[in-house]
Amino acid sequence: MTELQAERARERTMESSAVPRIETRSKRLRHVDVLIAVAAFAVLAALPFLFSSKALIDFVIRCAAFGLFATSLNLLVGYTGMISFGHGMFFGLGAYGFGLMMQRTGVPIPVAFIGTLLITTLVAAVIGAICVRLKEIYFAFVTLAFQMLIHSTILSWTSLTGGDQGLRGGIPRPVFLGIDLSNQMHLYIASCALLVGGLLLMRQIAQSPFGYTLRMIRDNASRASFIGIDVWRAKLTIFVLAALFASTGGIIMSLFVSGAYPEFAYWTISGEGIFINMLGGVTTFLGPMVGTVLLLILNDTVTRLTEYYGIVLGIVILFFAIGLRKGLMDFMVEWYEQRRDGAKERT
Amino acid sequence: MLEVKHLSKSFGGVKAADDITLSFAEGSLTAVIGPNGAGKSTLFDLITGALRPDSGHILLNGVDMAGRSPPEIVRHGIGRAFQVARIFPSLTVHETMLAAVGADQRRASVLHRRFPLAETRDRAEHAMEVLGLTGKRDRTAATLSHGDQKLLDIALALVLEPQVLLLDEPTAGMGTEERWRMIDQVHELWEQQKITVVFIEHDMDIVFKIAPMVVVLCYGRILATGTPEAIRQNPAVIEAYLGTERHAEAAV
Repeated sequence: MTELQAERARERTMESSAVPRIETRSKRLRHVDVLIAVAAFAVLAALPFLFSSKALIDFVIRCAAFGLFATSLNLLVGYTGMISFGHGMFFGLGAYGFGLMMQRTGVPIPVAFIGTLLITTLVAAVIGAICVRLKEIYFAFVTLAFQMLIHSTILSWTSLTGGDQGLRGGIPRPVFLGIDLSNQMHLYIASCALLVGGLLLMRQIAQSPFGYTLRMIRDNASRASFIGIDVWRAKLTIFVLAALFASTGGIIMSLFVSGAYPEFAYWTISGEGIFINMLGGVTTFLGPMVGTVLLLILNDTVTRLTEYYGIVLGIVILFFAIGLRKGLMDFMVEWYEQRRDGAKERT
Repeated sequence: MLEVKHLSKSFGGVKAADDITLSFAEGSLTAVIGPNGAGKSTLFDLITGALRPDSGHILLNGVDMAGRSPPEIVRHGIGRAFQVARIFPSLTVHETMLAAVGADQRRASVLHRRFPLAETRDRAEHAMEVLGLTGKRDRTAATLSHGDQKLLDIALALVLEPQVLLLDEPTAGMGTEERWRMIDQVHELWEQQKITVVFIEHDMDIVFKIAPMVVVLCYGRILATGTPEAIRQNPAVIEAYLGTERHAEAAV
């Protein structure tokens, strides 16, 4: 037996005993995620009883809307390597689609919710089919162009959208299944449920075989096609899925403000999404959620203290981009791993 | 059996493949040689769908692959490893193999289950074992040595269980010892897996030692095909390729 053969035989013996049961481990991880989600929902639901602050309730509802939006953007940016400058169009589409359906058709809320998601699917599939063929900067700018197209349509189609005044008169919120979304508490619980459910679904996407297909495309799309992956189809699928979660964020926002405004579909929403991802980090699943909380806290506190909100935000961006060179969660995870590896080496 | 018939491809006025006709018998091991710019990699690009031929046919067991997309061609059974290892830097060796098997089993779009799928495990283990990567299973691809990255690139093609495996300079950028280790592994792979292997190689010692059949390309055309002995004695080959090398050696 040669040295090489002997080494291989040793490795085989070691590995056969070391490899964990894959199927068991996968199921266990999924159960852990569900348990964490249930615990997170319980904590969020208990918050209003622990702190009777209306501002806190409003804050969490906004976190739910922007958290879903930002995490869905990270499915594109962090997991697939597709930097979209126009993802905010689906946030606006969700808000307008839902608001218009409730105002004009009077259908029950669940029907309007599903209807909005169907419209988003259609629009995202058409826009995605054009955009996902493009690479990097071209993809980024063509998505931005579509966002500006949708924003311009909202502004100019005054008879339908209310133009620059937005959807006025409030969005009807009829009671369904005993849930009254005009009640702030009910809206809060529903937003938390949508947030936790949405995050759980996105986590499942990220940890599924499809999630690993996305990672392969991000790392080397050309190589992925040489192992039989239809890159275009995979990119289109994640583009549409991400749009659905962004649209859900828009629906929550329209319920929160009882209306929809052109700003929801403006490019700055996409910019905020990118900024949130930079703040929180793109290599951890919860990075964008942490970024959302940070941005909203910054937003609320800085605007209260100074009118130069943009300058402060710019400094914060520079700190993360040049100082840390990564988002907060990325930085923390890396720091933790370095400490852990250091401790292992010492022992 | 892989057959290439009257395959041509031009870039502007340059003919990178000029009426190439070849056949690779099932289970054969063939080396493709030629000076830089001879069209060797272009030939692989055409066969694997990275480039669309201007004319000609690529027949795998009688089915024409010309003009098909790389994923389609891979699914028909033509795997490829690249001159510069094309890997997935952020994935571990094990994850790379599992994901590749998943793709081959048409499970790359599965959303309702968790990665990795149990049914992908055995093939992934086997491919790592064949190429000696089992001990590096938990290393991310980016942290592997150059040689191991090349092995991973080959493992990526091999794990798809291809009928034909195209290796574009498997020893490129390696030291002498590592080079011979790699070529031993390629030879062992060919013997064990009973698949058709076609490889591009610049090192004539390697080519003449392990390849039962050699194809020589020059300026996009086939200069000669035959056994290593026949190629060694072919005056056109000596003039166009080996001759140049000898002159260079003499100059050194």
